[in-house]
Amino acid sequence: MATIKMPIPDQDVIDRRDDIVGALLAALPDGIVISDDAQTLAYECDALSAYRCKPLAVVLPRSTQEVAATLKTCHELGVSVVARGAGTSLAGGSLPTADSIILGTARLNKTLEIDLANRFIRVESGVTNLSVTGAVDADGFFYAPDPSSQLACAIAGNIAMNSGGAHCLKYGVTTNNLLGVKMVLADGEIIELGGAHLDAGGYDLLGLICGSEGQLGIVTEATLRILPKPEGARPVLIGFDSPEVAGTCVADIIRAGILPVAIEYMDRLCIQETDKFSGAGYPNVEALLIVEVEGSESEIQAQLEKITAIARKLDPAELRQSTSEEESALIWKGRKSAFGAMGQINDYICLDGTVPVSQLAHVLGRIGEMSKQYGLDVANVFHAGDGNMHPLILYDANKPGDLDIAEKFGADILRLCVEVGGCLTGEHGVGIEKRDLMGEQFSPADMEIQMSVKDCFDPQWLLNPAKVYPLDISEKRREGGGQ
Amino acid sequence: MSAILTPADENEIADMVREANAAITPLEIQGGGTRSGFGRPVQAAKTLSLKELSGITLYEPGALTLVARAGTPVATIEKTLAAEGQQLAFEPMDHRALYASKGEPTIGGVVAANVSGPRRIQAGACRDALIGVRFIDGRGEIIKNGGRVMKNVTGLDLVKLMAGSHGTLGVISEVSFKVLPVNERAATLAFHGLSSKEAVGILCGALGSPFEITGAAHLPQNSEGPLTLLRVEGFASQVDYRLERLKATIGTGLECSVIEGAEHERLWRFVRDAEMFKGTDNPVWRLSLKPSDAPAIEEALAKKTDAKIMFDWGGGLIWVGVDDAENGATETIRALVSGFGGHATLMRGPEPLRGSIAPFQPQAKPVARLSAAIRGKFDPGGILNPGRMVA
Ligand SMILES: Cc1cc2nc3c(=O)[nH]c(=O)nc-3n(C[C@H](O)[C@H](O)[C@H](O)COP(=O)(O)OP(=O)(O)OC[C@H]3O[C@@H](n4cnc5c(N)ncnc54)[C@H](O)[C@@H]3O)c2cc1C
Repeated sequence: MATIKMPIPDQDVIDRRDDIVGALLAALPDGIVISDDAQTLAYECDALSAYRCKPLAVVLPRSTQEVAATLKTCHELGVSVVARGAGTSLAGGSLPTADSIILGTARLNKTLEIDLANRFIRVESGVTNLSVTGAVDADGFFYAPDPSSQLACAIAGNIAMNSGGAHCLKYGVTTNNLLGVKMVLADGEIIELGGAHLDAGGYDLLGLICGSEGQLGIVTEATLRILPKPEGARPVLIGFDSPEVAGTCVADIIRAGILPVAIEYMDRLCIQETDKFSGAGYPNVEALLIVEVEGSESEIQAQLEKITAIARKLDPAELRQSTSEEESALIWKGRKSAFGAMGQINDYICLDGTVPVSQLAHVLGRIGEMSKQYGLDVANVFHAGDGNMHPLILYDANKPGDLDIAEKFGADILRLCVEVGGCLTGEHGVGIEKRDLMGEQFSPADMEIQMSVKDCFDPQWLLNPAKVYPLDISEKRREGGGQ
Repeated sequence: MSAILTPADENEIADMVREANAAITPLEIQGGGTRSGFGRPVQAAKTLSLKELSGITLYEPGALTLVARAGTPVATIEKTLAAEGQQLAFEPMDHRALYASKGEPTIGGVVAANVSGPRRIQAGACRDALIGVRFIDGRGEIIKNGGRVMKNVTGLDLVKLMAGSHGTLGVISEVSFKVLPVNERAATLAFHGLSSKEAVGILCGALGSPFEITGAAHLPQNSEGPLTLLRVEGFASQVDYRLERLKATIGTGLECSVIEGAEHERLWRFVRDAEMFKGTDNPVWRLSLKPSDAPAIEEALAKKTDAKIMFDWGGGLIWVGVDDAENGATETIRALVSGFGGHATLMRGPEPLRGSIAPFQPQAKPVARLSAAIRGKFDPGGILNPGRMVA
């Protein structure tokens, strides 16, 4: 049995299910409300698939107005609402509860405005991450945040989780590329924050919304910064026989004043499996770095020369520059399919803690020791330039108790991340997965003030209430319908 | 002159705030005091100065991370970073030229006012580089948010909220930044005699090119004729390449020159610090808009007032100086800007003007209500910089 607890659902709400569905049907046009069990099945879980639950109903609005009508109805009836983009959250962010409805953005999928001169795009929030780049690619632009799930995940989910990607060392994460949103508050009121201009005065509510995990409002539109594509990009593979030396190499590159677009790290287990899966041709080493640089041909060459000179001093087991577009694509294909590849051989839980770059080697060493203690293998693949680790703990879902052990092991790794000066989650969000560890990183006062911000946006605590804050700490607000 | 409190650590701040809260004694929060002309005038019985709370507490060049106490002089931080070939990439403006203020700007003040400079268009604002804060809220609680790592989505992002809150949500005691390497070389491609429309066309074109423009300004009223500036940075050979490519693709057939060295530094300081308004005390506005709207704004303004103007951020930031000391041409400017979907902030003006109009762009009702509610939670007694942002 999985160990993360969910609140006991409100039986009164469940008993009123027919009335609630009826009120939603009355408030919305045909075809928007789904209450048939067979059809709501797909919404019972996200990518943290060990946890599932049937919602009261699923609502798939086609406009901001319909989102507002949904929220107004739920607000009047005291029903909580879990927003859902594409359901790729690894933290249980879009996991429903039995007394909530799912509000999905799947039909909010229009591109509304493309302005190349001013370098922004305005989209409805249900569009996928990759389609944003797709809309401006032919004009020589791209949208920078590139989570590995970018083919599937929605901008709505990216904003809610403040998602990152392999290239965020240079370009930043979602919050650094988000210019404005239209969103609906819990009571159905529509507001707009930011826009096509930069840094308006007033409190940075836009910065607050980004990463708020569907707890402050439902985002229906987003204005995103687009960037001109670089002339070219090329990765180099650097293999080492020791994780420590690989860590030193990362720090040395950064200290030399070079800022690659990406520095990715994979350990032996991960290298082997992704190589089998993708045919990327990775070398057989303890630690592999993929370092990518951008620019014109001569700029790329100049940067790669500097990087390889730094690496050579550390006596790498392998140093290989990509020599063609195809080779570069293959190198990235391996990295981007790492989660998928590991999923082929095992069940796993994917952690997401960040540590100071100077602590990487120490933390990898400790994870190795803990792996022996717990008797479960770990594969490491992560964004090394910024210390955002993704240990994948392998377990067997069919073996009773194995998930439990994996979760305990995971919690210990996250505690270690916090202990060395890092944090519980670098890009996947808290959701339910790290909810009960929040006290490791935050004091009661730190959490209280965060929850009091939610009180301002959602006084009755109807939006995704069972997430982010430990249940005992949020109990009064959840049960008392607010603060 | 009000009494000055100078706490030396967070616990002292907490005690002082708690006491002030109990006695309902408003506090004016001050770093170096170089930016106190920003926003509405604050009426407070006491000033809480952060200048004793100074020092860099952590600097790891290999991790691009710097943590400092709020009262640390910006100059100290920039010097420390420069010794390792690094910098605060957002290029914080120094407000002393604009306000004719004395003293040392502090890093806490930079954060509280979310101060950025020309490189904002490429490297992000202060709030984008800020990765952690510690602050004392209006009840005297010590709060932390974010931390010292650059990827962190744990809990609500109060780091962004504190940036630009002008001391009205808490007394910031410590800040952490992601810092960046200094480029080996910087140079500026300057165009002469362009109309604002041509200039913004060039700036937008260049910002849409892959050459990573880190400064894009236009000085229409430059004494030797309009001057349009494109800054490129990188390693030495890269800068040559980028200059050549820009000349060939964006600047074809136009008169241009390359500026480097001391003159280059002077020019960008002039832009960053809005030095064209130095030495006077006329009202100055900062307009934030879509870059391509800038020429139309300039034209419309010229019909109504005798404005002094400079464009930064490719046209997305317009500095406007007006003669009207009494009203600051407020109605004209606000009406104009809202027609274009932008924002206007009164950056300088005599106290009576800053007290009578809203220096910050008034917000839509529900947004203003949310902002007020947040302030109510962070500072229920309303004792921190009361009136600084809204009346
Ligand atoms: C194979 C794989 C690889 C991944 N790689 C990465 C990676 O590289 N980087 C990374 O950062 N993440 C990664 N993720 C995690 C995940 O893809 C991201 O968190 C993503 O942003 C979630 O988007 P989604 O549309 O699927 O959101 P969902 O899972 O549907 O929802 C995520 C959260 O957003 C909220 N939400 C959804 N819609 C709205 C809305 N309209 N308004 C307000 N809140 C809303 C939900 O309530 C929930 O809390 C990966 C996941 C998988 C499965």
